[in-house]
Amino acid sequence: MIWVDTIVQGILLGGLYALFAAGLSLVFGIMRLVNLAHGDLIVMAAYVILVVVSFLGINPFLAAAIAMPLMFGFGWLLQRIVLNRVLGEDILPPLLVTFGLSIVLQNALLEGFTADSQRIGAGALETASFAVGPVTLGVMPVLTFLSAIAVIVGLNQLFYRTALGRAFRATSDDPVTASLMGIKPASVFATATGIAMIVVTIAALYLGMRANFDPTIGPARLIYAFEAVIIGGLGSLWGTLAGGIIIGVAQTVGAAINPEWQILAGHVAFLVVLLIKPRGLFPRAYD
Amino acid sequence: MYIVETRTKASRIAGIAALVLLVALIAAPLFASRSMIQDLFFILTMLTLAQFWNLLAGYGGLVSVGQHAFVGIGAYTLFGAGILWGMDPIAALLICGVVAAIIAVPTAFFAFRLAGAYFAIGTWVVAEVVRLLVAQWQTLGGGSGTSLPPQARDFIGVETIATLLDVRTAAARDIVTYWLALALAVATIGGIYWLLRTKRGLALAAVRDNIEAAKSVGVDAVRMKWLVFLVSAFGTGIAGGLIYLQKGRVSPDAAFSVTDWTAFVIFIVVIGGIGTVEGPIIGVIVFFLLQSLLADYGSAYLIVLGALGIVIMLFAPRGIWGLISARTGIQLFPIRRRLRRAATSTKPTTGERHG
Amino acid sequence: MNLLQVQGLTARYGDFQALYGVDLHLDAGEAIAIIGANGAGKTTLMRSISGVLRNAPEMITLDGAPMGAARADEMLMQGVAMVPEGRKLFPSLSVEENLLIGAHARKAAGYWTLRKVYDLFPILHEKRRQPATSLSGGQQQMVAIGRALMSNPRVLLCDEISLGLAPVVIRDIYAALPQIRDSGAAVIVVEQDIGQALKVADRVYCMMEGRVTLSGLPSELSREAIHDAYFGVSA
Repeated sequence: MIWVDTIVQGILLGGLYALFAAGLSLVFGIMRLVNLAHGDLIVMAAYVILVVVSFLGINPFLAAAIAMPLMFGFGWLLQRIVLNRVLGEDILPPLLVTFGLSIVLQNALLEGFTADSQRIGAGALETASFAVGPVTLGVMPVLTFLSAIAVIVGLNQLFYRTALGRAFRATSDDPVTASLMGIKPASVFATATGIAMIVVTIAALYLGMRANFDPTIGPARLIYAFEAVIIGGLGSLWGTLAGGIIIGVAQTVGAAINPEWQILAGHVAFLVVLLIKPRGLFPRAYD
Repeated sequence: MYIVETRTKASRIAGIAALVLLVALIAAPLFASRSMIQDLFFILTMLTLAQFWNLLAGYGGLVSVGQHAFVGIGAYTLFGAGILWGMDPIAALLICGVVAAIIAVPTAFFAFRLAGAYFAIGTWVVAEVVRLLVAQWQTLGGGSGTSLPPQARDFIGVETIATLLDVRTAAARDIVTYWLALALAVATIGGIYWLLRTKRGLALAAVRDNIEAAKSVGVDAVRMKWLVFLVSAFGTGIAGGLIYLQKGRVSPDAAFSVTDWTAFVIFIVVIGGIGTVEGPIIGVIVFFLLQSLLADYGSAYLIVLGALGIVIMLFAPRGIWGLISARTGIQLFPIRRRLRRAATSTKPTTGERHG
Repeated sequence: MNLLQVQGLTARYGDFQALYGVDLHLDAGEAIAIIGANGAGKTTLMRSISGVLRNAPEMITLDGAPMGAARADEMLMQGVAMVPEGRKLFPSLSVEENLLIGAHARKAAGYWTLRKVYDLFPILHEKRRQPATSLSGGQQQMVAIGRALMSNPRVLLCDEISLGLAPVVIRDIYAALPQIRDSGAAVIVVEQDIGQALKVADRVYCMMEGRVTLSGLPSELSREAIHDAYFGVSA
């Protein structure tokens, strides 16, 4: 019975990793940009929420709603001013620029908020739980998982049911021809990064409410996100959820065997999938 | 009549200057203070790491952000050899490189499955895995690390130097490791320069510039990638072993630090000029000066370094050396072979893409 | 005033000069053809007019306004739509989505709607839910033309629309041209097929090595003159 519980907890943890990954996947899918600062942007969003909560004394969910447009704007400007300049055939400039951004963000957060760990208080919600048969589910993990599903459904709707999503896909296919349709690739990319930052804010909300965080934990979140994306197969958001779940389950099972093995087990699961299915579980038909 | 040549006038002058500098550096322990020797050790080891990362990313097109794995592996191999087998650390340095190269084989096997930018994070994951595994190794101190045992601290040469130069053994250790770092840096620069000028090296530049074209003239891109990855791991492993021989104490978080051994190294190369042998040399000097100026400001220093890296990548992607080279046409390590009309052409040739 | 005027247009790719001072003009409602061999500079000309390549402002004017430096999205908003060489459909979009994206930015009222495009090419309606790149070459060309029409352009640029297609398919596609002209769009057709070009165009320009070597009414141009202008050698 212990094992059922472990696996269920792992699946729910996978929701958090899918949230980390969705923004990364979105940006890569549209502009083939791998943002090495993605984890640090999640941490930054958590601090934004924290600041809003402590200044206005409001509920974290409400604070996240306020942080979303701020993060959208930040992402839009970041893409417009910096990242659009380095898109292209050569993978070196975007990697090095986002790596530099990662270092800058981490240390700016250290300057602003010190290395002390923080937490976004969620009151009774933090410990609330309910029983389903033999398994006890925390309200917070369940909420995280449902949010991940909602984000993926929302992004899929946006992608496949709206004019903006059509423009995203067209620009992703061929930016030059898209510009012949009157689309401005530069602003499509900026909008995409803005939307990715909204997803990042949702991820940050749960990151901050579930556990302590400090300015240095960004890179580890980037790695989980990246593993989920690769396991799922590039470009598939549901695949990304599956990838998140695989890492989550591997981590909780690993931790159940030996608490020190939690993180390691997640990485090993990723390497095993990479070994068996190099293109991930649900690869896109074309690329 | 044409002559194929790779040497330039600047490179001959630079060669003489380098020789003078080398003699001065060898003799440095005779007149320099201990702290200066330590600074020079730091500069030389960072330069070595930077040259190998530059070989990987600048020439091989393999943007790894997981090179700290090999620094850590080198460090732990050195300590393992000293603690478990009682080996003399200097003799163990070569083994550090070998072990790093061996572990680079499965690393490459996984990371090469990831295309382009994802390769970068793939190497990072492997580095994390190695760090977590090493932290489980209780004999070597587990997560909190360990020190070099006393008998391993008096490695070959320390006693002799202490007597000869009349210094304490701690200072003598610094001097011996400094000379090793100097030898390693010189061998690295010389070796990479040699490699780039061989047929293989030219093929490497071809792979970086255009994989399809390189394939069409029969360059085996995959084999070149393996070669570069293994060579870099080997050299980075030795450097890692040497760095921690000098430090005398190792821990997983320090030896596998992404900031110290990957971020700094990347910024050194980017600021100096990626894809050139000169770039990392310029970069490490700028890096050291910045660190001396700003070290007291802690994280502000890293913000400046990161921002400088971003600005250079956006506005001068060939780095400081790229700017100097474009303006003056100077190449200290000319690699590209050029056809020159014998005796008539006096115009300095500026490679638009020094590679 | 001409609807579209190209004056002294030059273009280069690095060291290679592709166009040397090209002049041409297009009036409202007119259809002109640009013929020439491979490498004559026809596609470069189309890419310049459509804004994919940017030039000095005064080299291209639209209703007298200098537009040479405008980007592709700005040209489209001014009513210059292009059917690019090689069709360039979006593979992740369905047939219908490819058509809809043509009207994504410029939502000008006019003759062309999704329904009218389907009336023009009924086969597209049948296949509207399929991925655009799963269609046959001729059908893909219809999508590319329909996509450009969706913005109700004032100028329609058609770059090598018959390339690689069977003669019977080419005939079907050119059969749509009269209706396109009736909708009010002026048309520039780039063709390697001289016969086809002479049939559909009011006026013809012939290009060779980046220059206009001949222009005039189809009825006035002799076979020999065209041959010389096309190949640059006397027959």
